[in-house]
Amino acid sequence: MKEIELIKNGKRIDGREAEQMREIEMQVDVVSRANGSAQVKFGNTIVVASVYGPKELYPKYLREPETGILRCRYAMAPFSTEDRKTPGPDRRSIELSKVIRIAIEPAIFLEDFPKAVVDIFVEVLQADGSTRVTGINAASLALASAGIPLKDLICACSVGKIDNTLVVDLNGKEDNFSEADMSFAMLPSKDEITLLQMDGLLTKEEVMKLIEIAKRSCKEIYELQKRVLREKYKGE
Amino acid sequence: MPEVRPIVLPGELIEEKKGRKLGNNVYEENEKVFSKVLGIPKVTENEISVIPLAGVYFPRVGDKVIGIIREIEVAGWFVDINSPYIAFLPLAEAVEEYIDLSRADISKYYDVGDTIFCKISKVTKSMIVQVSMRGPSFKKLLGGTIIKITPSKVPRVIGKNGSMINLIKSKTDCKILVGQNGLIWIEGKEKAKAIEAILTIEKKSHIYGLTEEIEKMLMK
Repeated sequence: MKEIELIKNGKRIDGREAEQMREIEMQVDVVSRANGSAQVKFGNTIVVASVYGPKELYPKYLREPETGILRCRYAMAPFSTEDRKTPGPDRRSIELSKVIRIAIEPAIFLEDFPKAVVDIFVEVLQADGSTRVTGINAASLALASAGIPLKDLICACSVGKIDNTLVVDLNGKEDNFSEADMSFAMLPSKDEITLLQMDGLLTKEEVMKLIEIAKRSCKEIYELQKRVLREKYKGE
Repeated sequence: MPEVRPIVLPGELIEEKKGRKLGNNVYEENEKVFSKVLGIPKVTENEISVIPLAGVYFPRVGDKVIGIIREIEVAGWFVDINSPYIAFLPLAEAVEEYIDLSRADISKYYDVGDTIFCKISKVTKSMIVQVSMRGPSFKKLLGGTIIKITPSKVPRVIGKNGSMINLIKSKTDCKILVGQNGLIWIEGKEKAKAIEAILTIEKKSHIYGLTEEIEKMLMK
């Protein structure tokens, strides 16, 4: 039934090993008017995240007297996919906005800014699989550079099963024809998982194995995130 | 290349607590102290804190800030202090003389859009902020230019015991008022030079020997 062969001679369609991530590029402070922003590339997937706030929250009835709130918007640019994506929120992006918010919320000390709000805008410029996790990585860098009090940076990656092999960081094609895929986010230095979403069929052992792989990849991403933030403040 | 101060990232371990107090921007977990923000750690004998390198202004009692009147109320003003929280300036904290509120129009004291130099007099747990004009240095600011910098860089603009700001004041012959909230009011002939110097400090705030560099820059 399958139209394409995803793994040939032990290599994936883009020539990677099963547990090898795509080339990752990170850049901080790309949107000058935002309090903090970052661009993250996972191969062909490009995502820009910008953070505004903490700031006054309007409408007023949304205010919480004891804690601040986090709002998140995930959006795909019309030109980000092969077929034009109709701009504006649809069912998928509304869901992903919520998923990203929930993945990030445990890391933020919201009680440090009662009645205020932090806005995160995640814009997908180019989509080639794993956009939500790329968005979470970008949001993590943007939050740190905006000076928002965080428990830890948030690292995310996707894992899955294609052609009976467990792989990490699925690209667009692999994502479409995969047997199962799992989005994963964690606070690496606390070893806390904040997002675990699975779609497809996996055995219990495979899930546990994938979590192990994802944790290892997240630690790699963590090192990259730390390096990028350090470099930004290296001085001229 | 100038030497760079060590920085910590959110979630990074600073040091064991060892009975010390927790300062700003840190949290504790199992007797270990971690940073909440990206910043420069400050570890002393009795306190551990982090000076953030970015972020918005959070009002603290005693801070001297520059505010802009946003709205007039029956017995006071709402003041924008460049923070997530709007501050209230009660009439009694602003005007000495007796005012008959039933007939007076208080906009003759401060009107919408006026800029004032004031101090934070009260901050509650739920972030209700009050400012006051009581004190010799607090006044309405007339003329001049206001620039905005990242509030966390204000201590660098002021320098140790005001060394940096006094240097700029003396070299450019400008009147400068620095608000803790990141707004800076500048008036004088060589305004442009002073603004340039302050913006340079903001950009290079994390390197050593900045005062000398600014001095060199202003000598030109």
